[in-house]
Amino acid sequence: MIESQNLTKSFGGRTVVNDVSFRVEPGTVTGFLGANGAGKTTTLRMLSGLSEPDSGQAVVLGGRYRDLANPGRRVGILLDAAAQHDGRRGREALIVSAQMMGVDPRRVDGLLDLVGLDRSAARKRVRHYSLGMRQRLGLAHALLGDPQVLILDEPANGLDPPGMRWMRELLRDFADRGGSVLLSSHLLHEVEALADRLVIIDVGRIVAEGSRAELLAGAGTLVIAPDEAALRAALDAANLPARPARDGGFIVDAEQEDVGRAALAGGVVVSRIGPSGGSGLEQLFFDLTKPLEAIA
Amino acid sequence: MSATAATLELPVAGLDHDRRPGLARLTGVELRKMVDTRAGFWLQLFNLGLMIAFVVVALILADAQDRTFQDLMWIALWPASSLLPIVGVLLISSEWSQRTSLITFALVPRRTRVLAAKLGAALILSVVMLATALAIAAVGTVVAGPSVDGTWSLPPEMLGQAVVYMTTSFIMGLAFGAMFLTSAPAIVLYSLLPGGWALLSTIPALEVPARWLDNAHTLTPMADHVLSGTEWARAGTTLALWVLLPAVIGAWRVIHDEV
Repeated sequence: MIESQNLTKSFGGRTVVNDVSFRVEPGTVTGFLGANGAGKTTTLRMLSGLSEPDSGQAVVLGGRYRDLANPGRRVGILLDAAAQHDGRRGREALIVSAQMMGVDPRRVDGLLDLVGLDRSAARKRVRHYSLGMRQRLGLAHALLGDPQVLILDEPANGLDPPGMRWMRELLRDFADRGGSVLLSSHLLHEVEALADRLVIIDVGRIVAEGSRAELLAGAGTLVIAPDEAALRAALDAANLPARPARDGGFIVDAEQEDVGRAALAGGVVVSRIGPSGGSGLEQLFFDLTKPLEAIA
Repeated sequence: MSATAATLELPVAGLDHDRRPGLARLTGVELRKMVDTRAGFWLQLFNLGLMIAFVVVALILADAQDRTFQDLMWIALWPASSLLPIVGVLLISSEWSQRTSLITFALVPRRTRVLAAKLGAALILSVVMLATALAIAAVGTVVAGPSVDGTWSLPPEMLGQAVVYMTTSFIMGLAFGAMFLTSAPAIVLYSLLPGGWALLSTIPALEVPARWLDNAHTLTPMADHVLSGTEWARAGTTLALWVLLPAVIGAWRVIHDEV
């Protein structure tokens, strides 16, 4: 279990993380979404005990991370796949950490298999690894101590589509066995299919939080009509705020029933009406994480 | 996925989940880190090669009375005492330049424990190097077979000085690595600062402080004779400036710096 309680952190007078609170329950995957520089990494670093919050509490498994006796055996962390010694062989990098946390070194080879680094890759020095291989090594490293909690910063970065699918299955399986997963991304599609809950952060603040369905409930209704101009007029007449959807039609900030009533009142034939779905979530994410100037 | 499930049940036997990794374990890890990277491995091998080469050259060139066991030990220690500090610098600075500090401090959040382990590893490697130097010197002495008085004599005081010499030069490397947290400046300044000080000491007004603070003046007698009380005081003063002060600054940085 992970709990961010009002975490706040400033660097050089700029508040990078501002009163951030959320929970990651056992058995769930939480996607931590935000544009680059939104404060994701800083939050994850505070949760991992690498950075001291100015105020607020980072609680992992009921206490502070740094109070865990052997943290690697409880919490698996991948904050930066590039943070490995270039001159060390992949397998050796895992052996060093296994030795540190008292894990049977035989587990290392099993994990290398699991993440798809074969013998020749494991023997290579990390300097010769692609970003995708580093991510795989980093995931193996995070799983090394057989943890209950995973904290992963942009783990999908650099993975090819099969790699991403493999990672999704791995994390789903981990959560289904009761683990808690917190993973960050700046790309919605990377976490959308996997995460049970989404936490969206922008300019250091949480701007939305909830399950996919909960977020979508607030994302509006998609309505499509052959005669778009007539539909627009009908929506305007009913005072329903609407904006054009990407693939035609409108996304309306109203319940489906109200939209249907507006169309009926305007005498407009509607070809489709329903929850805004993936395009709505994407639009929501885009709107929520828009640069401040653009909103103003 | 059943394959995943099976693999996640790989052996994890060893310590139980909530036992803090002991200092001995962490020290072992730090020793391993000194030799398991390409740079570290070659540096150690190069060091060993130089130790042997220096003794071989001495056997060929030096006079018989300068080929005693003790002389050869100091000759073998000379390259080691120059290269070990670089190993020391890298042991700390590479954690920053290679960003492995993210892993190290995530696994051991109490950074003082990491520092203690690195210090312990440095002390152990210094002693191993000294033992290696003794072995090389012993072989050299047998080969050279100088029939002079005290061929095999090594007063305990001299052995003690050798221990101090080796360990302090290693720790000085660690301290400089910690003070700069980047390899290049730490190595350059480690090599230049004491030497630059020696240069300053040619200025007459600075001659007296130099006698107390210049490595070349205060530490090299260790290889020559058993130090007197005053000489120990001078050596101690020098070590306080070049080892203790950087170590204190370095430790503060390692503990407080963001990684």
